[in-house]
Amino acid sequence: MTSELDIFVGNTTLIDEDVYRLWLDGYSVTDAVALRVRSGILEQTGATAAVLQSDTMDHYRTFHMLERLLHAPPKLLHQLIFQIPPSRQALLIERYYAFDEAFVWEVLGKKLSKGTKKDLDDISTKTGITLKSCRRQFDNFKRVFKVVEEMRGSLVDNIQQHFLLSDRLARDYAAIVFFANNRFETGKKKLQYLSFGDFAFCAELMIQNGTLGAVDSQMDDMDMDLDKEFLQDMKELKVLAADKDLLDLHKSLVCTALLGKLGVFSEMEANFKNLSRGLVNVAAKLTHNKDVRDLFVDLVEKFVEPCRSDHWPLSDVRFFLNQYSASVHSLDGFRHQALWDRYMGTLRGCLLRLYHD
Amino acid sequence: MPGKLKVKIVAGRHLPVMDRASDLTDAFVEVKFGNTTFKTDVYLKSLNPQWNSEWFKFEVDDEDLQDEPLQITVLDHDTYSANDAIGKVYIDIDPLLYSEAATVISGWFPIYDTIHGIRGEINVVVKVDLFNDLNRFRQSSCGVKFFCTTSIPKCYRAVIIHGFVEELVVNEDPEYQWIDRIRTPRASNEARQRLISLMSGELQRKIGLKVLEMRGNAVVGYLQCFDLEGESGLVVRAIGTACTLDKLSSPAAFLPACNSPSKEMKEIPFNEDPNPNTHSSGPSTPLKNQTYSFSPSKSYSRQSSSSDTDLSLTPKTGMGSGSAGKEGGPFKALLRQQTQSALEQREFPFFTLTAFPPGFLVHVGGVVSARSVKLLDRIHNPAFVGIMGNTRSYKLLDWNSFNSDEPETRDAWWAEIRQEIKSHAKALGCHAVVGYSESTSICEEVCILSASGTAAVLNPRFLQDGTVEGCLEQRLEENLSTRCGFCHIPYDELNMPFPAHLTYCYNCRKQKVPDVLFTTIDLPTDATVIGKGCLIQARLCRLKKKAQAEANATAISNLLPFMEYEVHTQLMNKLKLKGMNALFGLRIQITVGENMLMGLASATGVYLAALPTPGGIQIAGKTPNDGSYEQHISHMQKKINDTIAKNKELYEINPPEISEEIIGSPIPEPRQRSRLLRSQSESSDEVTELDLSHGKKDAFVLEIDDTDAMEDVHSLLTDVPPPSGFYSCNTEIMPGINNWTSEIQMFTSVRVIRLSSLNLTNQALNKNFNDLCENLLKSLYFKLRSMIPCCLCHVNFTVSLPEDELIQVTVTAVAITFDKNQALQTTKTSVEKSLQRASTDNEELLQFPLELCSDSLPSHPFPPVKEHLESASSNSGIPAAQRDRCSSWIELIKLKAQTIRRGSIKTTVTVEKASPVGDGNFRNRSAPPCANSTVGVVKMTPLSFIPGAKITKYLGIINMFFIRETTSLREEGGVSGFLHAFIAEVFAMVRAHVAALGGNAVVSYIMKQCVFMENPNKNQAQCLINVSGDAVVFVRESDLEVVSSQQPTTNCQSSCTEGEVTT
Repeated sequence: MTSELDIFVGNTTLIDEDVYRLWLDGYSVTDAVALRVRSGILEQTGATAAVLQSDTMDHYRTFHMLERLLHAPPKLLHQLIFQIPPSRQALLIERYYAFDEAFVWEVLGKKLSKGTKKDLDDISTKTGITLKSCRRQFDNFKRVFKVVEEMRGSLVDNIQQHFLLSDRLARDYAAIVFFANNRFETGKKKLQYLSFGDFAFCAELMIQNGTLGAVDSQMDDMDMDLDKEFLQDMKELKVLAADKDLLDLHKSLVCTALLGKLGVFSEMEANFKNLSRGLVNVAAKLTHNKDVRDLFVDLVEKFVEPCRSDHWPLSDVRFFLNQYSASVHSLDGFRHQALWDRYMGTLRGCLLRLYHD
Repeated sequence: MPGKLKVKIVAGRHLPVMDRASDLTDAFVEVKFGNTTFKTDVYLKSLNPQWNSEWFKFEVDDEDLQDEPLQITVLDHDTYSANDAIGKVYIDIDPLLYSEAATVISGWFPIYDTIHGIRGEINVVVKVDLFNDLNRFRQSSCGVKFFCTTSIPKCYRAVIIHGFVEELVVNEDPEYQWIDRIRTPRASNEARQRLISLMSGELQRKIGLKVLEMRGNAVVGYLQCFDLEGESGLVVRAIGTACTLDKLSSPAAFLPACNSPSKEMKEIPFNEDPNPNTHSSGPSTPLKNQTYSFSPSKSYSRQSSSSDTDLSLTPKTGMGSGSAGKEGGPFKALLRQQTQSALEQREFPFFTLTAFPPGFLVHVGGVVSARSVKLLDRIHNPAFVGIMGNTRSYKLLDWNSFNSDEPETRDAWWAEIRQEIKSHAKALGCHAVVGYSESTSICEEVCILSASGTAAVLNPRFLQDGTVEGCLEQRLEENLSTRCGFCHIPYDELNMPFPAHLTYCYNCRKQKVPDVLFTTIDLPTDATVIGKGCLIQARLCRLKKKAQAEANATAISNLLPFMEYEVHTQLMNKLKLKGMNALFGLRIQITVGENMLMGLASATGVYLAALPTPGGIQIAGKTPNDGSYEQHISHMQKKINDTIAKNKELYEINPPEISEEIIGSPIPEPRQRSRLLRSQSESSDEVTELDLSHGKKDAFVLEIDDTDAMEDVHSLLTDVPPPSGFYSCNTEIMPGINNWTSEIQMFTSVRVIRLSSLNLTNQALNKNFNDLCENLLKSLYFKLRSMIPCCLCHVNFTVSLPEDELIQVTVTAVAITFDKNQALQTTKTSVEKSLQRASTDNEELLQFPLELCSDSLPSHPFPPVKEHLESASSNSGIPAAQRDRCSSWIELIKLKAQTIRRGSIKTTVTVEKASPVGDGNFRNRSAPPCANSTVGVVKMTPLSFIPGAKITKYLGIINMFFIRETTSLREEGGVSGFLHAFIAEVFAMVRAHVAALGGNAVVSYIMKQCVFMENPNKNQAQCLINVSGDAVVFVRESDLEVVSSQQPTTNCQSSCTEGEVTT
């Protein structure tokens, strides 16, 4: 006796959250059944393995049919085939677009192209996330990227509108899209200590301050690209590092202000020129795509690591950065105050976030 | 030109990409009605076109309005090649033809293609301007309302229940036409869908005409079915109950009436005749007349392609009789009776209803059923050309040559069966059959026609408007009588149609009741039930040799009686095992396949307080000498006893102990009977002990004398009860549960198993089939575990045998949650109440029953079983094993009664009185907090009501037929993926149609057919699904509460029609 066909269709589509998770995690039906058995569900319900198998198959089939709709979430809301309560629809979408931190780490800042997809096998092996799940997550990134790529207006809003994601998830996607678009290097060993959250935080700051949409909300261009003009202008900041007088003056201003307030004053004083040069040079180099990609590597190399090796506490870093960026206003010979503020505003936030073990 | 149909195409959305180059579609729409077609403009390059068309106007006859569906086709415009069809929408505009139903159809409809499924949606607005047409000779029947619901619809009152209407239409099946060899599968499927739509429309119109002739205005319990007879054609047939309904003007006034059953109870007239012998005089004369004056020839005289069995009139004479009745006044009934007794208006006093207005049902006799095996090809032999091919349509037929005489043949078949049913009912002392239904099972050229129902005595008040006055006085007396009447036997005790085992009613003590009662109807709302009910199924397979034509038919005919017998034995055993004494909603389905017959009986078992406590089951062995065998037997016996005890606990069956004095001495024969059997079976002492353990109650003896019997006992014990928190039944509501909360989940589940062809024995088959059903139920319980505590209601199993080794089981049911705590309370209360009532009744009525007792007790109502058994079984040539196990008279009768082609009489009766007082009160209190219902949600349920809500409007019948085919089965996820998607699409289309009518639910939903065929080698599959139901608007009770609480409890027994069903 073999079961040829075995289906269950409810007027309201039944969604089992646990099975949905297993499906999203890319487990095969057999594995999913095994996992469910291990969860003790048989004992709780008195069901048999065959029942569980049938139930799992059913849910998998439903999810498979829903997947097409999940690719364009607004369709899920308007379609007539599956009657699903709104709260469940939201859950389906949110879970479908959720991603694993380990996975996003691997693809963050990479081009979301076919070539990368071939690497999914490796990522799967490396992270222990099933290939299927990797595919889904990668395809989600790519799909969101494609949809919002050419769109005007706020990146987060666009994502939310087209994918009906929660605010939190939409922001994460904005970061992913932003990183993918600017191809920031995140894979270096030096950056391993950072979490996706750190990058997402930086991305958000950069979107707010460093993109075209940021300067001029009238000009509702995309949020995705960094403001080329702004990057170009930042060359002007070079003078802060190149002009020795200016650098000295800057240093003295900062030192005076921080005297007695900083636990690591002497280390700061000794390192000031290196740190400052590093930060200014990062800004000045951003005209080259290559350097934009290395932004995070540079920041960590030029600032985070030196400070960390001297054991600056976070509060001292904050004091220093505040003073460092504020003191520039007292530099008479420096004319690019606005530019500096825009740059440092973003940078300060990023560095503070990046500064941890 | 009595109607103008107006259609506007607004927009489309989610259309498929038809042009690969642009990833877009240039869509336009064709709107077709009858032979007229309109087109919209082409909306270029969009997947969400906005046509915003003008109003397309069709000026049509109302006859066409009824028959034809509106056909909307969405196409992709292609400049250079033929336009590609995207899909179609068929809209039945019938709901727009009733005055009270929908006024406009407007909404998003899924665009459906038989090959690709749903492909986007289209927004359509449809209106109808109907001009009044007083032409009496018209062929249309606009305005007659149709309901699938098998009770009087909630917001209506039954003025008269006229009776049975039926009709059938035959046509060639496009799938088997020669043209099908050259056209595409899509064209063929569409031709079929359209044809069936047309035929349903025509059928409905013709039924409507009959209703008008009977001076009714509605059909309730309308059941339409298709018989796909393959090359011999396509039959669409329908049965229903014609009624005159009054809309209850104020819905609020109606609500409190049902919430206060205590009051209503007094109002209800009850035709309780103290003397059972005279029951036959109860019904109005016309009924009686027709019972005896049936002339079979009538049913054969009819016009060309329709059947007229019921009225047996040509339309012209029908008109005549109509005008005669129109004179009105008190003479009306008499007049009609005179003019129509000759016409036999109620040739078949059948009612498709399963629940009735209070007081309608007087007595219930038991289940009556009839089956007949027919050969389909015989009819067409002369016209059969018989070209065998390898395409799907492998036979080429010349249809026109025999089409004209086909309905007659089918009609004759059904008339024959109905006649049989009628005579069975008469044998049970009943003049009517309720809960009546018909079905077929077709395999190749063999067709089994089945009909079944419940023999009953009805209160004539509802059948004839002229008799109301006479009933008025009766009512006073009736008020005094008890409410266990429907259990009381309708037949003459001294002249019983079969040897029945009678006792005095445990409720009123004055009438006789049988020991078990089987019925096809829902549990009457006023019946007192102890504990809860449960789903009881009997499952059976029998192998059959493959044979052709007549040999095949004969083989099937020979098997049928055994099947019926076994099914009934199983049912009886399982019922006893549950400690219950009555079955409701009994439905026995016999399915024929190439090499086997399957029987599946489903029913809801309950313990009726008016019937005697069922005895246990005793096992008796044949070989008393063998010690280990004895041990084994006693072990089994113990297991059975344990199971019974466990079940009693599970279903909370604690019948009140009634002291002997009140009862009077019970009829002593049970014990004798068991002893009799025992001696016959030479069983040992433990039986005596066990006998004692069952006290004086009747015991049911199972003899284990061969492996077969062993199997049976085992199978009895293998049925696993549902997990805790779950209940199941196949009736509308679960007896013993009253406090439904508003969460419902309707579902369809389909399973197909392939049998390994190697070891096909009856036992293996039975086991496979049993496992299939049990596993299916287990899966359902598991899937719905989040709804606990809940009850699966209206569990409807359908078995089909699509191929040699395939068994397909389809289940549709609804899971309803309930409030556990309140459930407990309520049960308790109702038991207490019934107890009290029982005792008071007993005191009050004591003198009367005593007299009766003295009369009837001596005349032993149970003739010597043994002799009976012997003679019966030896006559009928039943194998010894089975003969010995004939431990109840029911089987006996069946054996005797069965002639080759038909089934049997099944009997029983019962009980008692209502517990609605308690129920009602609790229900009031338990008005569930309404779940925040989202706009656009359409509920579907096979029940006639929606828990926690009130139906305020019926929008019309939904009757839809879909075909889906695929040539890429693997790509669509195999058979499961294919069917899963299709059923989901069917649900979606039903919901869309209901929503477009302005409704928010479908009640009495039923999937009447789900024919699935696959050819995995060719990567192909095809499925046909037919569903129906009533589109309704419902309002949450909590929203109504304020209104209803202000309303005084208005009288009107009429307004409480069926309100109780919702309890």
